[in-house]
Amino acid sequence: MKDDTRPKDITGAQALVESLERVGVEVIFGIPGGAILPAYDPLGQSELVRHILVRHEQGAAHAAEGYAMATGRVGVCMATSGPGATNLVTGIADAYLDSVPIVAITGQVNSTAVGTDAFQEADIRGITMPITKHSFLVTRAEDIPGAIKEAFHIAGTGRPGPVLVDITKDALTGSAEFEWPHDLDLPGYRPTINPHGRQIREAAKLIKQASRPVLYVGGGVVKSEAYAELAELVKITQIPLVTTLMARGAVPDSEPLHMGMPGMHGHVSAVGALQRSDLLITLGARFDDRVTGKLDTFAPGAKVIHADIDPAEIGKNRAVDVPIVGDLKLTINELNQVLRGEDLGDYSAWRAYLTNLKTKYAHKPEPTKEDMLSPEYVIQRIGELSGDAYYAVGVGQHQMWAAHYLPFEKPGRWMNSGGAGTMGYCVPAAMGAKVGRPDELVWGIDGDGCFQMTNQEIVTCALNDIPIKIAVINNESLGMVRQWQTLFYGERYSNTDLKSFRIPDFPMLAQSMGAVGLRAETVEEVDEVIKKALEINDRPVVVEFVVHKDAMVWPMVPAGTSNDDILIARDLAPDWEELIL
Amino acid sequence: MSKIHTLSVIVENKPGVLARISGLFARRGYNIESLAVGPTERPEISRITLQVEVATPAVLEQITKQLNKLVEVLKIVELEESAVRRELILVKLKADPATRSQIIEIVQLFRGKTVDVHQDSLVVEATGSPDKLAALLEMLRPYGIRELVQSGLVALGRGSKSLTDRSAKVDRARPGVR
Repeated sequence: MKDDTRPKDITGAQALVESLERVGVEVIFGIPGGAILPAYDPLGQSELVRHILVRHEQGAAHAAEGYAMATGRVGVCMATSGPGATNLVTGIADAYLDSVPIVAITGQVNSTAVGTDAFQEADIRGITMPITKHSFLVTRAEDIPGAIKEAFHIAGTGRPGPVLVDITKDALTGSAEFEWPHDLDLPGYRPTINPHGRQIREAAKLIKQASRPVLYVGGGVVKSEAYAELAELVKITQIPLVTTLMARGAVPDSEPLHMGMPGMHGHVSAVGALQRSDLLITLGARFDDRVTGKLDTFAPGAKVIHADIDPAEIGKNRAVDVPIVGDLKLTINELNQVLRGEDLGDYSAWRAYLTNLKTKYAHKPEPTKEDMLSPEYVIQRIGELSGDAYYAVGVGQHQMWAAHYLPFEKPGRWMNSGGAGTMGYCVPAAMGAKVGRPDELVWGIDGDGCFQMTNQEIVTCALNDIPIKIAVINNESLGMVRQWQTLFYGERYSNTDLKSFRIPDFPMLAQSMGAVGLRAETVEEVDEVIKKALEINDRPVVVEFVVHKDAMVWPMVPAGTSNDDILIARDLAPDWEELIL
Repeated sequence: MSKIHTLSVIVENKPGVLARISGLFARRGYNIESLAVGPTERPEISRITLQVEVATPAVLEQITKQLNKLVEVLKIVELEESAVRRELILVKLKADPATRSQIIEIVQLFRGKTVDVHQDSLVVEATGSPDKLAALLEMLRPYGIRELVQSGLVALGRGSKSLTDRSAKVDRARPGVR
C-alpha cells in the first residue's frame, strides 16, 4: 500500500504564495520580471492574495508603506531582480527611516549564477543592508516558508521596519515538501516589550518634581497605537504636549493642552514649550535634527525621560536621565497607573504661558496673495470640507502646510515621508492607504514637483478601482528649495523653476491616465472643485490648485541654528515675553 | 580621551553576518582597530573579536546598542582589562649566516618559533599580547623585515565563566543608565 500521508512536494513559488497566505497577506504591490516570474504563476491563482500591478517599483514600495500606515499591518511589495529590485530601494529607505513595517520580496538570478554579473543581477541584499531592519537571501525552496514567517515577524514587531526577502529563481522553481515552521528561529531577536517598573517609578518621580514639563510625542505612539493611553496621561497630568511631524493626530489638535508641532517649521508654542521646558517626557520620538535644531542649544534646561522600544535611540542624540525601553502602550499605561491620584505639580502658570503663545501666534491663512490662491488656504479648505479623511502628502512646502492646516482630530490618518523626505511619496502612498481602507476618503496632497515623480500610479488607481483624490498644489517650482534660495542664496533661483503653470497640463494629464482632472485658480473655484472631487467615487480625481509661488513656510528655524532663533516671518522673531512661574 | 575597548561579539554562523557588522561600523563612522572572526566550540555560532577606539563612553554604548539590533547578533560583551589578549604574527626577515643565530636567539627570548629557513631569509612565528609583539618587532627591525602579516586580536575572559555556554542565559545588554 502506498503511503499517502506524506505531503506532496510543491515548488518554491507555490510555497511562497502559501506562506504569504498563511501570514495573512491580502495585497501585494509589484511588477513581475524574469527572476520573480515563477512566483507570479501561483500568485495569479491565489484567492486570498490580491496583486496590484503598479507602474514603477518605487510606487510598489510606497504603496506598501501607505497600506501599512493606514492599517497597522505589514505592507508587501514585490519586484524582480536587478533594476526591479533597485527601484524599490527609495521606498525601502523611506520605510527604514520612518519605521514602517513592510516586506519587500525580490527575485534573484539562479543561485549558480549569483556573483557572475548575470543578466539583471544586483546584490540587492547588500545594497539594502544599511536600510533594512533585516534581510534574507533564500537559495533553496525548503527555506522559503521559514524566511517569510521570520520576515513578517521582524517587520511588524519591536520597532517596525522594512525586511527584504531575496529569493533565487532556482529556489522558486525547485521543489520541496511544504513545512510551515512552528517556531521562529531568531535567537538574536527579542525586542523588549515590557517596560521596567523601576524606570517607570523614576520617571514618575521626575514628573512630580518638574515645574515646566512637556510631553514630546513622536511617531512611536502611532506605531504602538497608544492613543487612549496617551489621552489618559494628558488627562491625569494636565501636562502640555507637542506632536512631531510623524505623530500628527496622535492627540487631537483641538485638545487645549496641545501646543502644536515642534521643529524647523513648527509652531512657536511647540518650539517654545520644548526650549523652555525643565522636563521632556519623550514618548517614541528620536530627537531628530529637524526637531532639535542645533543640538547643544536644544531644550537647555530640561531633564529628559526617554521612552522608546528601540534602546539604541536612547542617548543617541541627547543624554537621558530616565530611559524606559518598551512598548509605548504598556509604558504609558504603567505611567498612568503610577501617576493617577498622585499630587502633581501646579503647571498652571506654565500652561498659561504656552497657551498665550499658541493664541498669539495662531495663523489664519489669507485666501489669496496678489490675486493668486494662497497654498495654505487651499490645504486648509480641503481639510475643512473633507472631515475625517486619510491624508498622504509629498515632501516640501505643501507637506509643512498640510502639517499645520489639516484637521488632526483622529489618529493614524496621516501619512508622510518624515525621516527620508522622499519626494514622490504621496500618490503611491495614498494608493496603498486606499487599498487598505477602501471605505474611507483618502486624499493625497502633493506638490507639482513631487507629483511629476510618481504620478504614473494614477493609472494603477484608475485600472484597479482605487478612487483616491490628489490635490496638486502647483506653485510651478520646487517650492521648499526655492524658499531656501530666497532666504539664503540671494534669490538666485537656480533650477527650481519647473514651469509647471505651462507644462504639464495637470487636468489633461490626469484625464489621460483615467482620472478626472480639475483645476482651481480662484477662491470660488477652490470650494467648487473640492466638492466636485468629493462627489466622485468611481475614479481617481486630480485637482490642480494654481497657487502663488512666493508663499513661504513659516515659522522657520534656519538650518544649523538654535530653536531659540525661530522666525515667524522673514527677519521677524516672536516676542517670547517673560515666563513667570 | 579616546580609549580602545575589546568587544566579543557572539553571532549566528550565517552568510553575510560579517558584512552586516563591518557595514554598520562603516556607515555610522565607528573605527575598527582590529577584527578577528572564527568558529567556536558550537558550529552554529561564530565569535568576532573587535577592538574599537572611541572618544567617549556614549559612543561605545551606541556601538553596543547598534550591534545588538542586528538580528544575527546573539551577545556582546566588553572584555575586562585582565582578559587574555593574543595576536599572531608571521615575519619574513633577511638573515645571512652571520645574523641568523642572533635572530633566533631574540625569537626564543620572546617564545617565538622559526618556521622556515632559507639561505638569506627566515620566517618567524610569534604569538602574544600586542605589547609583546611590538617589542619583538622592534628588536627584529634592524635585521630587515621583508614581509609582515599580523592577525586580528583574539581575547578570552579569565575564570570559569563562558560566553558561549549553551546553558547560560543569553542576556542582550540592557540599555545602561548613564
